[in-house]
Amino acid sequence: MPQFEAGTFDCIVIGAGHAGAEAAYAAAKMGASTVVLTMNLDMIAFMPCNPSLGGPAKGIVVREIDALGGVMAKVIDKTHIQMRMLNTGKGPAVRALRAQADKVLYQQEMKRILEEQPNLTLRQAVVERLIVEDGEVKGVVTQIGAIFRAKTVIITTGTFLRGEVIIGDLKYSSGPNNQMPSIKLADHLKELGLQTVRFKTGTPPRINSNTIDYSKTEIQPGDDVPRSFSYETTEFIMDQLPCWLTYTTPETHEIINENLHLSPMYSGMIKGKGPSYCPSIEDKIVRFADKSRHQIFLEPEGRNTREVYVQGLSTSLPEHVQHRLIASVPGLEKAEMMRAGYAIEYDSVIATQLWPTLETKKIKNLYTAGQINGTSGYEEAAAQGLMAGINAACNVLGKDEVVLDRSEAYIGVLVDDLVTKGTSEPYRLLTSRAEYRLLLRHDNADMRLTEIGYQNGMISEERYESFVAKKAQIDAEIEHLRKVSVKPTEEIQAIIAEAGGTALREPMKAADLLKRPEMKYSELCTVVPPLEEITDEVAEQVEIFIKYEGYIEKAMQQVERMKKMENKRIPENIDYDAISGIAKEAKANLKAVQPLSIAQASRISGVNPSDIAILLVYIEQGKIAKVSG
Amino acid sequence: MHFDTIAAISTPMGEGAIAIVRISGEYAWEIADRIFQSPAAKPLCEQPSHTIHYGHLHDPATAEVVEEVMVSIMKGPKTFTREDIVEINCHGGITSVNRVLELVLTEGARLAEPGEFTKRAFLNGRIDLSQAEAVMDLIRAKTDKAMSVALNQMEGKLSHLIGDLRTALLETLAQVEVNIDYPEYDDVEEVTIPLMVEKGEWVRDEIDQLLRTSSQGKILREGLSTVIVGRPNVGKSSLLNSLVQENKAIVTDIAGTTRDIIEEYVNVRGVPLRLVDTAGIRETEDIVERIGVERSRQVLKEADLILLMVNSSEPLTDEDERLFEAVAGMDMLVIVNKTDLPAKIDLEHVYEMAGKDRVITTSILQEQGIAELEEAIASLFFEGSLESGDLSYVSNARHIALLKQARHTIEDAVQAAKAGVPIDMIQIDVTRTWEILGEIIGDTVQDSLLNELFSKFCLGK
Repeated sequence: MPQFEAGTFDCIVIGAGHAGAEAAYAAAKMGASTVVLTMNLDMIAFMPCNPSLGGPAKGIVVREIDALGGVMAKVIDKTHIQMRMLNTGKGPAVRALRAQADKVLYQQEMKRILEEQPNLTLRQAVVERLIVEDGEVKGVVTQIGAIFRAKTVIITTGTFLRGEVIIGDLKYSSGPNNQMPSIKLADHLKELGLQTVRFKTGTPPRINSNTIDYSKTEIQPGDDVPRSFSYETTEFIMDQLPCWLTYTTPETHEIINENLHLSPMYSGMIKGKGPSYCPSIEDKIVRFADKSRHQIFLEPEGRNTREVYVQGLSTSLPEHVQHRLIASVPGLEKAEMMRAGYAIEYDSVIATQLWPTLETKKIKNLYTAGQINGTSGYEEAAAQGLMAGINAACNVLGKDEVVLDRSEAYIGVLVDDLVTKGTSEPYRLLTSRAEYRLLLRHDNADMRLTEIGYQNGMISEERYESFVAKKAQIDAEIEHLRKVSVKPTEEIQAIIAEAGGTALREPMKAADLLKRPEMKYSELCTVVPPLEEITDEVAEQVEIFIKYEGYIEKAMQQVERMKKMENKRIPENIDYDAISGIAKEAKANLKAVQPLSIAQASRISGVNPSDIAILLVYIEQGKIAKVSG
Repeated sequence: MHFDTIAAISTPMGEGAIAIVRISGEYAWEIADRIFQSPAAKPLCEQPSHTIHYGHLHDPATAEVVEEVMVSIMKGPKTFTREDIVEINCHGGITSVNRVLELVLTEGARLAEPGEFTKRAFLNGRIDLSQAEAVMDLIRAKTDKAMSVALNQMEGKLSHLIGDLRTALLETLAQVEVNIDYPEYDDVEEVTIPLMVEKGEWVRDEIDQLLRTSSQGKILREGLSTVIVGRPNVGKSSLLNSLVQENKAIVTDIAGTTRDIIEEYVNVRGVPLRLVDTAGIRETEDIVERIGVERSRQVLKEADLILLMVNSSEPLTDEDERLFEAVAGMDMLVIVNKTDLPAKIDLEHVYEMAGKDRVITTSILQEQGIAELEEAIASLFFEGSLESGDLSYVSNARHIALLKQARHTIEDAVQAAKAGVPIDMIQIDVTRTWEILGEIIGDTVQDSLLNELFSKFCLGK
């Protein structure tokens, strides 16, 4: 195949899924000339599984992407069919927004944004090789011999690397949704010395809405108040479509048990490790045999399609069994299956081979982001894409790299978990993975990250100014409530009695009164009006900060303690073999991960406190030696 | 450098006129200030560095005065560790010094590991480079040793109990986490506030129980409660006086105790003895006769150590036999006294009843056998399970401090739950309790929670 020069860029992004789209947008927005190479331009930001974004932890990630200047939040705000705030009955730390997407509109909107982004070129092409010279990536070569050259390359190939779809005993080479798999690139990455592992995931069948008897199901409407992920969104979609809830039956379980031998999961055909938080229906029935039924959510895939996603019925059983499974569920007796569910196996890169910037340790200027790094979920992918895009651009522009801390963002938790611990199954963010979840809230994503987005040119001046003003207003109002005393007037006693609290005996600082669990800021406001008119968002910040100050402070102290260890850097060329006393397993893992700080080292599995103590001694010793030498 | 604040007893264990508890780290002065009151009433933090102050230590929780002390305060970097240091000089003797250490640990210091002050001195650049290797050896040695000690204790009842508490907490936590991460799933019962309160209170009560019944912990705080029994004129008061005279009684002025039930505290080879009901012994001579068999059994039952005295110059009487019966199965030593007189006792029979190594022959009058008695008490107390008295006390103090912390955090969780604080806030304290309890048995695996989550509950699409 004759080769030809196809152009020179600052940054090449391979793939245009949720990671690729975000990476390309960020790099271009920061000023790096960027090209996106994708096999199929009609598949930009495609949702091959759930038509849904957000939920606990993941929803907060979408907010964080927005605060950093990414696009996911803006796109879903324009293209959802319903939004719901989850966990409203619990505290502010775990509230999370979830949206059902119109998956076609979502793709179109993302494509439009990328097309209109200056510095960004979209090109349909199949990348087969990287150009690597002296351990540094220089560009890529496509199937037809086109050579694209660039200072940085970001690979975001999702589940395409050596993808194989499995249904029953049928197994064929394929990307998701019958797209072309990426086999030559997968081979090439192995040649380059990147270690990969085989993972598995799956998706349920889709059915025709017209054939569903919704009278046998429960309606799940969206919230009737305006919701949005992006801090910039001003127009809200109030015309929403509901989802529906139904359940598996004893018959469903019987069908599965009878046909288990046909399941590739149990016949041994599937070798890849699947996600334990996202089990197939076969898995659920086998592992939780005592449960008499499982929930099935029916989610419309969009406004202009009748296709409905059957959440809860992810399966790789043969198609004829899937038909019977569907028919065994109330409301779906006559449902027509439009696409069968399937499992997909794919190569993913072992993420401990990456620096926290998502650059590979092996090949300079090469980044990987998204499902290729062993994660699952659109949000996790987009977050990594954003960080890889920002860091690639920083690399090109000679700016400082951007690595978020675990106490700063769920994105920080995600990236640190991946590059420090790696993952033995597809990784999903959960709120329980964050040690400071009280600090990483849905409501304060802008407070945490707008500054970073702005510093990197991802946030407009206008938005930044309004952020600064909001912040000042919050601070002023908190200060105000701390100073003002509430006297035991009849008015306040009535409010307190109404809320079920004990009456005031003497004047009390407004902030202290608000700390009472039963007191609401909106009620206190009638007695202690704010200094100036404030938005609901500002009021929310003020209320959360004052109410949970004690808990927030505790968390901050924890963060302070960790920061000290985080600031303790490990020299780049440290020779772990030269350090006597570190346990064997710890040594091997330290060598593989090459942690940058003592804190990161302490999070590596198999590394014990005594190993850390010895490491500290060694590092200090080196420092002293240098000083005295 | 930047480490947490550590504390330890810096003088050898055992007798001594004074003992020193040393605190080093960022919060050393602050911790001292919280427990120290001087007549000058000026906080230590406002005093100049490298000065020494007289005053009293009190327990902030109970406002009870614990010790009369001299406190040296030194600001880093001109200190041994180059960190801020406080040295509390208190009365020698294991009870008082442990009490002080315990107080410091409860106020937030962490118990120093062996050699840790030296290690810090090195890490902070105070000690010469040539000592680095030695320090590393020390760290390694410490770990292995600490590990074996930890393992010994792991087999104990304490670790089982703590394991149970942690399991209960973990189950609740996993359920809360599932509720949070999978709000739309009905598979898992919602953890309600009443359930949280119920679980929290149960854990708190269990910890209280542990703190009360943990015998070693009790001994540290209260001394080894010791009862001397025997027939009239067998030499009980002489023994008492002898122990008290030799070992200078620790006079306590703990608020709330009255003179009639005050016991004599003596320090025998590092073992704090609380000689119970000594007034009774002194006055009527015969405890069995005076308060009746039932009551005496009760007193005996509550004792940690029984010293049963018999008369060497007389054959064993029925009354002696009855006493042997009453104390059967308890921790005891038999003292065969009056060996200065011709022996008429059947010593073999005594050996049979008590075990030969539990029998000491003495002549209190001629001051013979007292050293052997003291030796026997000490070895009974330090018996085998732990390598040295030093370590055993140390880890006990650590357990107590951690248990107290755990109790504190779980109580916070219970109170918050009762006050209507949201579940995700309450969870913070519950998780902390789980972690602290984990520190006691050396298990702090963070991934347990996620494993629990996915093994127990059916989740996901």
